[in-house]
Amino acid sequence: MNWFIETFRTSIGKKLLMAITGLGFLGFIAMHLMGNLTLFAGRDAFLAYVEALHGLEAFILVAEIGLLVFAIIHVFMGLTLYLANNNARKVRYAVQKSGGGRNIGSATMPYTGLVILLFLILHLNNFSFADVSDDRTIYEVVTATFASLGYVVIYLVAAVALAIHIRHGFWSLFQSLGLNHDKYMPAIRKIGIAFAVVVGAGFALIPIYLNLTV
Amino acid sequence: MTKNINLTLKVWRQNRSRPKGGFEIYNAKDISTDMSFLEMLDVVNENLIVEKKEPIAFDHDCREGICGTCGAVVDGQAHGPQKETTLCQLHMRHFKNNETIVIEPWRARAFPVVKDLVVDRGALDEIIAAGGYISAKTGGPQDANNILIGKEIADEAFNAAACIGCGACVAACPNASAMLFVGAKISHLGLLPQGRPEAKKRVMSMVRAMDRLGFGNCSNETECEIQCPKAISIKNIARMNRDFVKASVS
Ligand code: HEM
Ligand code: FES
Repeated sequence: MNWFIETFRTSIGKKLLMAITGLGFLGFIAMHLMGNLTLFAGRDAFLAYVEALHGLEAFILVAEIGLLVFAIIHVFMGLTLYLANNNARKVRYAVQKSGGGRNIGSATMPYTGLVILLFLILHLNNFSFADVSDDRTIYEVVTATFASLGYVVIYLVAAVALAIHIRHGFWSLFQSLGLNHDKYMPAIRKIGIAFAVVVGAGFALIPIYLNLTV
Repeated sequence: MTKNINLTLKVWRQNRSRPKGGFEIYNAKDISTDMSFLEMLDVVNENLIVEKKEPIAFDHDCREGICGTCGAVVDGQAHGPQKETTLCQLHMRHFKNNETIVIEPWRARAFPVVKDLVVDRGALDEIIAAGGYISAKTGGPQDANNILIGKEIADEAFNAAACIGCGACVAACPNASAMLFVGAKISHLGLLPQGRPEAKKRVMSMVRAMDRLGFGNCSNETECEIQCPKAISIKNIARMNRDFVKASVS
């Protein structure tokens, strides 16, 4: 076991943890978005989806515990790397100019990450731990939340932050895992941008749609 | 076409005995655009010596872009604004008349400033000492070439072997990470048959040495590859990650 822990204490090991947990989140985000799109089909479709989810109770429980463990690792490692990287250059440059490699995503990973984390706490509080009953289903909780313009704005900000995080995170995780070859890297980079746009637009449109129509 | 330009230089000055330095402003007058950046600094230094002032210290050796001794951050970029060019090969024709140029040393905790623009890159040597070599004698070119390798492998190993160890990757990295340097050495040696027997041991000990020396961690910003005077690809970092995982689980 010692070698196992030692591996993840190295610089490359820490990156591997970020990549594996980040990949897990990408999978979750894709599922979550697909499920939530049922909101566009109306109350019954959404409640049927929620019902189906609850039917998979054991699976959901395992997935939730997995995501929680992943979240703890991703946030803790992200913070560790952020602090270590700041520490690696004590005296900053007076002038620092990008040669063109950095982009908005790569330059803001810790900050978009923090926005997502804060949003997550609010989001779980809004919906996962909400009181629901037969006359006030999760659908009513969701629509009541998005009747407030303030919540719509918060959800929009979070969707944009998530898209920016994924814009860099997607291809970056493949590089971290050692998967970079001319054969497929150009495609991975394109898919990453497309994924970021779809996720950002998808999660942004849901609150806007519900605010305007319900 | 040769012409002469005047420049204002903002240069970082720092003494070994002092933990802190600061910028000094110098005028570089009548600089021929055919000069290299280092020749321009030579002119400025000659004038400083005439004025009985301390010349600006900077590292240099071959002045033909092959030794990796020179280097400074010029206007925010390692080795200046010209791609795939060392500072000694950067010509003044790339600058405009009356321009102000900011010149700083490589900045990384692992590279302490020795004086002015000179930093101690001994940390890179320590990483090499940890495993960046082939222990077995491979003989002269004749013997080494007896083992045939594919053209693709030879090309990839050569791309990595073009690393001159100047440290620009560390300087350019927003996190002061040395992963491009280490990745290049891992690839250069590990891709070739003579280097393969020690590949596992090499990646394990070089990565650990890198971690110990206070470099930052790669976050795939790709600034290293872009500012590297030899355009060494970040695919070498991916190969190092891959080799490290393979070595760890086997
Ligand atoms: C569902 C939400 C999230 C997704 C889909 C996600 C995804 C990813 C991915 C794929 C990476 C790239 C890993 C790599 O380069 O190998 C990454 C990196 C990162 N994430 Fe997240 N992440 C999420 C939430 C968070 C949160 C909540 C934080 C922190 C509070 C965070 C902080 C970071 C940081 C700092 C990095 C960069 C690490 C580095 O390269 O040094 N992320 N994320
Ligand atoms: S002095 Fe040798 S590479 Fe510039």
